[in-house]
Amino acid sequence: MTRTWYAVRLGLTRGLIEFRQGLTNPQDLWFYLAFPAMFLTPLWFLRDNEVPGTDLPVATLAIPGVAGMLVAYGGLISPGAGLASEREDGTLLRAKALPRGMETYLAGITLRTNLEAVTMAALVLVPAMLLFDGVAPAGINGWLTVLWVLVLGLLATVPLGLVVGSLASSPRTVGGMGFLCTGALVAISGIFYPITALAGWLQVIGQIFPIYWLGLGMRSAFLPDSALAVEIGRSWRTWETVGVLGVWALVGLLLAPRVLRRMARRESGADMAARRQAAMQRLV
Amino acid sequence: MNIHAQPVIEVRDLRMRYGSTDVLTGVDFTVRRGEVVVLLGPNGAGKTTTIEILEGFRHRSAGEVSVLGVDPATGGEDWRARLGVVLQSWRDHGKWQVRQLLHQLGRCYAPYASPQRPRPWDTDELVAMVGLADQADKRVARLSGGQRRRLDVAIGIVGRPEVLFLDEPTAGFDPHARREFHELLHRLSDLDDTTILLTTHDLDEAERLADRILILADGRIIADGSPAQLARRVSNRAEVRWGRGGEQFVHATDDATGFVRKLFAQYDTDITDLEVRRPSLEDTYLALVHRVETGSAVPARTGFEETAE
Repeated sequence: MTRTWYAVRLGLTRGLIEFRQGLTNPQDLWFYLAFPAMFLTPLWFLRDNEVPGTDLPVATLAIPGVAGMLVAYGGLISPGAGLASEREDGTLLRAKALPRGMETYLAGITLRTNLEAVTMAALVLVPAMLLFDGVAPAGINGWLTVLWVLVLGLLATVPLGLVVGSLASSPRTVGGMGFLCTGALVAISGIFYPITALAGWLQVIGQIFPIYWLGLGMRSAFLPDSALAVEIGRSWRTWETVGVLGVWALVGLLLAPRVLRRMARRESGADMAARRQAAMQRLV
Repeated sequence: MNIHAQPVIEVRDLRMRYGSTDVLTGVDFTVRRGEVVVLLGPNGAGKTTTIEILEGFRHRSAGEVSVLGVDPATGGEDWRARLGVVLQSWRDHGKWQVRQLLHQLGRCYAPYASPQRPRPWDTDELVAMVGLADQADKRVARLSGGQRRRLDVAIGIVGRPEVLFLDEPTAGFDPHARREFHELLHRLSDLDDTTILLTTHDLDEAERLADRILILADGRIIADGSPAQLARRVSNRAEVRWGRGGEQFVHATDDATGFVRKLFAQYDTDITDLEVRRPSLEDTYLALVHRVETGSAVPARTGFEETAE
């Protein structure tokens, strides 16, 4: 047990180092900053438009949801693509060659991707709170809500992201398919406009996935009750949020250890060489 | 080598089948402590498969395998900590600095240290040993190909392994880097008593490094011995060249020593430019593999493995 704990601690160090490397690397930094800019710029131009049915500006209504969406996106795509590309480039095989290296590696990527997801959300929220009037969590309760939605949201997404990364044949599959799927889901998850504006069956699909609930949870922390006019059932549905995100977290946490163990057992140099070969051919 | 008689790697009747293809059809060999053994063989002969089975990265179809007294298929983390695996890196850990990465990976071994074998290597000492002192603070992505491979070796030995596996470690090395790498391996086997098993396609390298050479072909070990022993198995014939009175002579003989003795007895100081040329490892290797591939006059260890399972 102490050796497992030692390996996990080593992994957390690893995660911190890699997170810091991301913050000091121009390419990654650009990625971090592009997202908030991409979302905040249009909202800035729409800042005087009110959402029909409420007295709230578009930005006020959309920003908490965008933050929730980024948590979901960061929680799914970043561990998924990260794991898939580190399987391809041999990081995983190296981990496998070290004593308790897999535990160390997984602790590292888990911490790193959590930090990245939180950073992405913060990079949208903090500037938004400074730029726009009325964008702020409602008191201490609001902040506490932000906290639990964040924790539960990450639990609901990061393990699933790792599962996706273990099963994917290449990082490009995760990047491409992941982008498409999350893109489509975002469109029906009530992030940029109220979900109640959608057809009933789309609302049902949207409510299956964590993105909608992360958005709703974040809105419940930031928005006054007057914004409920455009929510389903005119309610923040806190217990439903806990329930759905909880189920996703449970599924992910049950699935991830099995899938990851299987992936780790199968990882071999010959497979990695084959993936490398395939990736090199794409470059040529 | 006398006190190091105990086997570190033992392989008995190892078989590996992918689908309906038999890659290994009964591999047998033993590697003793402190030995440097080179595994040679044509492409697709199963060298990588064999090494990956020994590393515990791949499960065998049948046979008995033991590394440091443990079956790799069930080897735990304590066992893993005693192995070193040199992998061919590509672009992993590109953002890490050389020293930082070695330090981080080395710490994995700290709980497995013993008074006889402190683990891991001191990072700075290791960096200097593989000749990366000037690059210690460089990002891995900025290293040249050769520097990167030296880092691979450093990562492979950072835990001061008792057994080290290397799969084509010098592919892409320039001659200078290759020479330095050979010296490093000699140092590891001499000073640290590391048992080393490596594969290569470079026969000069095999000859220079190996205490013993194994040739894997047709799914089994077709030859096992020192380079000189292998050469003798193919042919005892040597070529003797000499000069006398401004003329050059060549003579092929099975008893080079006896022939040269007679030569000197007869002409003494008239003999110049004497040269005895035995078949090179390349000649030997090609002859042995050719014999197996064409199914003709097969070497000693054969026969029954070829019958169907």
